[in-house]
Amino acid sequence: MKISESWLREWVSPELTTQEMADQITMAGLEVDAIENLSGQLSGVVVAEIMSAEQHPDADKLRVCQVAGVGDELTQVVCGAANARVGIKIPFATVGAVLPENFNIKKAKLRGVESFGMLCGQTELQLGEDDSGLWELPTDAPIGTDLNDYLGLNDSVIDVDLTPNRSDCLSVKGIARDVGVLNRLAVNEPVITPVPATIDDTFSVTLNAVDMCPRYVGRVIRGIDLTQPTPLWMQERLRRAGLNSKDIVVDVTNYVLLEQGQPMHAFDFDKLSGGINVRKAVKGEKIVLLNGQEATLRDDTLVIADDTSVLAIAGVMGGSDSAVSAVTTNIFLESAFFAPVAIAGRARAYGLHTDSSHRFERGVDYQLQEQAIERATQLIVDVAGGEVGPVSVTEADHHLLAPKTVKLRRARIKAGLGFDMSDDEVLDILQRLGLTLKGTDEAGWLLGVPSYRFDITIEEDLLEELARIYGYNRLPTTSLLMEINLPEKTESIQPLRVIQQQLLARDYQEAVCYSFVDPEWQQWFSPELSPAKLQNPISADMAVMRTSLWPGLVQALKHNINRQQSRVRLFETGLRFVPDNGNGSVAGLQQQPVLAGLIYGNRDDESWSSSTDKVDFYDIKGDVESLFTMTGQAEAYTVTAAEHPALHPGQTASVSYNGKVVGTVGALHPQLQQQLDIPHSVYLFEIEQYAISAVALPKFTPLSRFPEVRRDLAVIVNQDIPVSDIQSAVSKVAAEALTNLKVFDVYIGKGIDSHRKSVALGLTFQHLSRTLTDCEINESVNRVVESLKERFNAELR
Amino acid sequence: MENLQALTGEALNLVTQTDDLSVLDQIRVDYLGKKGQLTALLKTLGKLSNEERPAAGAKINEAKQQVQQAIQEKKEALEQAAINLKLASETIDVTLSGRSASRGRLHPVTKTLQRIEEIFTAVGYTVEQGPEVEDDYHNFEALNIPAHHPARAMHDTFYIDKSSLEFAENGKDEQYAEYVLRTHTSPVQVRTMENKMKAEGPPIRVICPGRVYRCDSDLTHTPMFHQVEGLLVDTHISFADLKGTVDQFLKRFFEADIPVRFRPSYFPFTEPSAEVDIQCTNCGGDGCRVCSHTGWLEVMGCGMVHPNVFKASGIDTEKYSGFAFGMGVERLAMLRYGVNDLRLFFENDLKFLQQF
Repeated sequence: MKISESWLREWVSPELTTQEMADQITMAGLEVDAIENLSGQLSGVVVAEIMSAEQHPDADKLRVCQVAGVGDELTQVVCGAANARVGIKIPFATVGAVLPENFNIKKAKLRGVESFGMLCGQTELQLGEDDSGLWELPTDAPIGTDLNDYLGLNDSVIDVDLTPNRSDCLSVKGIARDVGVLNRLAVNEPVITPVPATIDDTFSVTLNAVDMCPRYVGRVIRGIDLTQPTPLWMQERLRRAGLNSKDIVVDVTNYVLLEQGQPMHAFDFDKLSGGINVRKAVKGEKIVLLNGQEATLRDDTLVIADDTSVLAIAGVMGGSDSAVSAVTTNIFLESAFFAPVAIAGRARAYGLHTDSSHRFERGVDYQLQEQAIERATQLIVDVAGGEVGPVSVTEADHHLLAPKTVKLRRARIKAGLGFDMSDDEVLDILQRLGLTLKGTDEAGWLLGVPSYRFDITIEEDLLEELARIYGYNRLPTTSLLMEINLPEKTESIQPLRVIQQQLLARDYQEAVCYSFVDPEWQQWFSPELSPAKLQNPISADMAVMRTSLWPGLVQALKHNINRQQSRVRLFETGLRFVPDNGNGSVAGLQQQPVLAGLIYGNRDDESWSSSTDKVDFYDIKGDVESLFTMTGQAEAYTVTAAEHPALHPGQTASVSYNGKVVGTVGALHPQLQQQLDIPHSVYLFEIEQYAISAVALPKFTPLSRFPEVRRDLAVIVNQDIPVSDIQSAVSKVAAEALTNLKVFDVYIGKGIDSHRKSVALGLTFQHLSRTLTDCEINESVNRVVESLKERFNAELR
Repeated sequence: MENLQALTGEALNLVTQTDDLSVLDQIRVDYLGKKGQLTALLKTLGKLSNEERPAAGAKINEAKQQVQQAIQEKKEALEQAAINLKLASETIDVTLSGRSASRGRLHPVTKTLQRIEEIFTAVGYTVEQGPEVEDDYHNFEALNIPAHHPARAMHDTFYIDKSSLEFAENGKDEQYAEYVLRTHTSPVQVRTMENKMKAEGPPIRVICPGRVYRCDSDLTHTPMFHQVEGLLVDTHISFADLKGTVDQFLKRFFEADIPVRFRPSYFPFTEPSAEVDIQCTNCGGDGCRVCSHTGWLEVMGCGMVHPNVFKASGIDTEKYSGFAFGMGVERLAMLRYGVNDLRLFFENDLKFLQQF
C-alpha cells in the first residue's frame, strides 16, 4: 500500500525522519518496500495565469502567450496546447526550471518567436495521467506560488508491503495506529461530524446470507452536482496512493477506503428498483462489471442485487448498469461488512483483484461502517452538495460481529519468548495496541480484541504482538540445550555425496535441470509413459513432469554445443515422475530419486598428451561400473543387452540389481541425435539411486602364501556370443582355485572368420593352503576349453 | 722384460684414447687377460735369477696394476658419461600438465546445500526428503493455509492437471483432490511430524532440502529453485532458541560475525513469525545496489510452529513447542559466491559450472 507521508503525519507525527519512521515500521512488521521522495523532482515551476494568447504569426498550432507569475512583468511563452487561453491558471516552468528526468527548460525560439519557459500539462510534470493539454489549476490558485508548495510536494510516498494478516493496516488510519503505538503518541483522527439527514429517503436492505454479510449500512443522497471537481488536495492524495481521480463520488469512496480502510460503493439511486438484497448468486447469473467485463456468476458468490438484477459482486466490483455516471444526481451509498470467507478467492475466480476485495478477504473492521459512511457523506456534500437521507443500518445478530476475547497465560510468555516480561509491560503493550483487559486471574489475563484485528485469535498471536512491540531484536537469543546422543551411522548405505564425488573424479560436471520438460522431448525419451501435466505451465516447453532425467541433460548438452563446447560430461541427481500407484506413490506418481549421466565428445580433455578418440559405450559403462565397485557388491549387478526407444538398438544395456532392472545405459539413437543436430554420438545412463546406495560390509578372506599361476587362453567364438556368458562359463567350470579371470583382448579382423571373434582370457590360479601342481592346472584349463567348445562352439586360437 | 715399459705405455695410451667400453674391455683382455701381453711377461720371470725375480715380478705387477687402475678409472668415467648422456636425453619439460587432470565440479546449489546440511547434521539434525508433486493437504491445508487463504496468492502455485494423473486416487478424499508442485519444502515438515507421531514422537530435529516450484519467471525468479527447511520440536523450545539457532547458522554459513536482525513477518504456519536479514555482504551495511541501499539482505523466514500445524499432525501443543525456518538456497549461493544472475543456475553452461 502506498501512502503519502504528509497525510500520515496529519494523523500522527513522531519526531523521526522519513527514513527513521520507515525503518521503525519495517521493524514492527510493516515492511517498507520503497520511499519515493516527491520533492526535488521539480524546480522552477510556478503557478501562473495566461493574460493574453495570440496566434503565432508563422504556425497554425502555436500561440504566443503573455503569462503572469514571475515578478511584476509578463513573460512571453510560445505554447502549442489547444486549451491555452486567457484566464486559466497553469503550471509554468520558467527558464532554468528542471522537470522530472532532468529535463531542463531553456530559452528558445519557436518559428522565430522567443519563448521564455514552458506551460505544462500533468504528464510533463509526471503529476497525473491527463495529457489532453495544459493542466488547468483551480481558479483560486495563487499566482507566483512555487508548484511544490502549492501541491504540497514536499512529501514522500511510503510503499508498505503488508503481510496478509495485517489487513488493519491497509489504511492511513491503520498505519497511524501502529506508528502511534510504537512512539507512544496519540493519533489525531479527523473529526467526523455526522451529516444530519435533511430528507427521509431510505432504501430497504435485506440480508439473505448473514454468514457472508451480517451488516450493511446504506444512505441515500439526492441532488448532488457531479460537475464539481474533486478538490486538488484530495486528487493529490489519491494520486500519491496510485489512484486516478474520476468524479467526486468515486474519488470520495476511494479516499475513505484509503483513509479509513472501509471499501464503499456508490450506486446511481435512480437505477435501483425495489430494495437491496444481499444474497448468494444463482449459478449462471450474469453481470457486466465496471471494467466492462461480463461475469457469469458461480453460486458461491455473494452479490448485491435489487428486485430485478444483480448490481454488484459484493466486496469485489460493482456493475456498470447501476454505476454512478456523469448524469447521476441521486446516489445510494453502501458501506458493508463482508466476511473474509465470503470474499476470499472470489475476485480471483473471476480474474479480478480490487482494492476492495483485497481488504475484505483479509478482514475489514466490522465496527467501521457507520463512521465510514458519515465520513464519505461529509466529503461528498462538502463538494457536490445534495440532500442527505438518514443512515440505515441493517444487521444480523451474528457471531461475526461479536467481540472476541483471547486468554494469555503468564507462563506462556516465558515459555514462548524465553524471558519473563513484567506484568506492567505486558498490559502496557497490549493496551496500547487497543486490546482491553476483560479479566485477570492467577494464570494471566483475558483480553478483548479490537474489531479491526482479524489476526488476533489465539494466545500465540498475543505473544507475537508482545514480541513485535517489545522489539524482536531486544528479545533474548539463546543457544539450544540438547541431549547429546551419538548418532546412528549405518555403514550399509553410502550417502549420495560419495557417489557424486566419484562422478566428479571421473570428470563429470553436476547439472541441475528443470523438473518439467517439453512434452515432445518427454515423448522421445519415454513414449510408453503419459506424464503428469502442469495445468498452468510457465511455457509450452516446460509443461510436463519429467519421466527421465535425459531430456534435461540432452538439452543442457545442446546448450553447451551451441556455445562451442565439444566435450561435455554431465550428471544430475533428482526425481523422475513415473505414473504408477505402487507403494509410496503420491498423486499416482512414483517420484523416484535417480542418477543420470551424459558423455559426449573426446574421451580426454584436450591436451598435449591426450588422444582425440571420441567416447564410446565402454567409457560410460566403465563410469557406471565404477559405481558398482563402490558398493563392494559388484556381483549384485548384471548388465544385459536391451532396447530403449531413445537409444541405439545395438548399444543399449539394462542394468539389474539383485535381479531387478534399475537402470539403462546406452548411446542416444542416431536418428534422434541427427534430429537434434548433435554432431557426435551421445552416451547416457540413468539408474535408481537406491540401487547404488546400498553398500556391502567388507568380509575378509585369508591371503594365500602359495604362488599363483597364470594361464592365458585365446578362444574364437561367434561374434554374437556375449563375453559375459563366456566369463561365467569359465568361472563355473574352473576349479575353485581360479582366483582371477581377465578378458585381456577381444579381436575381430584379419586371420579370423568374419563372423567370429577372438577372446583372450587370463586365468589366475592360487590355492589357499598349498602349491598347485601343473597337472591340476592343466586339468582345470582343459575343462574350461572343453566347456567353451561345447557351449559356444569355441576353438582355441 | 725390456719391453715392460713400452707395453705399459702402449696400454695406457690405448686406454686414454678409447671412448668405448667394449674397446676398453678388449684392452684389458689384450694386456691383462690370461693371454694378455703383460700377463705373458710374468711367464718370462722363470728365466731370471732368484735374486732378480722378485723385483722384476713386482715391477710387472705394478705395471699391471697401473693399467688395471687406468682401465677402471676410464671405465667409470665412460659409464658416468653414458649415464649423464642418458639423463640428458631423458630430461623433460616438467611444466607440461599431467595426464587426465580434469575433474568435474559440484553444482553451486548442491555445494551450498551440502554446506547447510553439514552445519546442521553436526549437531544432530537429520535430513528428510519428500515428494515434489504434493497434495494440496500437505502443501497448504496442514500448514494452516486453507483454500482461498490470501497467503496462497503469495505462492504462485503450479497445479497438476488431474486428468493427466491416470493413477491418482482422484475422488477418494476431496481434500487430497488437488495436486501441486510443492511451493516450499514445508510439506516435508508435515510428513516428518506425521511419521514421527506414528513412531516415538518428538523430539524432532530435521532439515528438509530440496526443489520447490513457483509459477514465476523473470530476472529474479526461476520457476524452480531450492529451499532448506528446518524443524525442531521438543519441550521448552522458545523464540529465543530460534533466534539463537538462526543467528548461529548464518554466522557459521558465512564464516563471519555478520550482524543478523529479525523482523516481524507473517507465515500462516508459524506464530510468531520473522523475516531474517543479514547485513549486506557486499557493502557491509553502507547501502549498495545489491541490498537496494538498505544495508540489509533478506535471507530467511522463520517462526514458532503454529498450533494449528501441530494439531494437524497430532502433536500436543501444551506439551511441545518448536520452531521452523526456511531459506532459499540460490539466494545464499549467490551471496556466498558472488553470482549475479539467478538464471545461470539452471542453464548448465559448463563455463558456469566449472567455477565451483
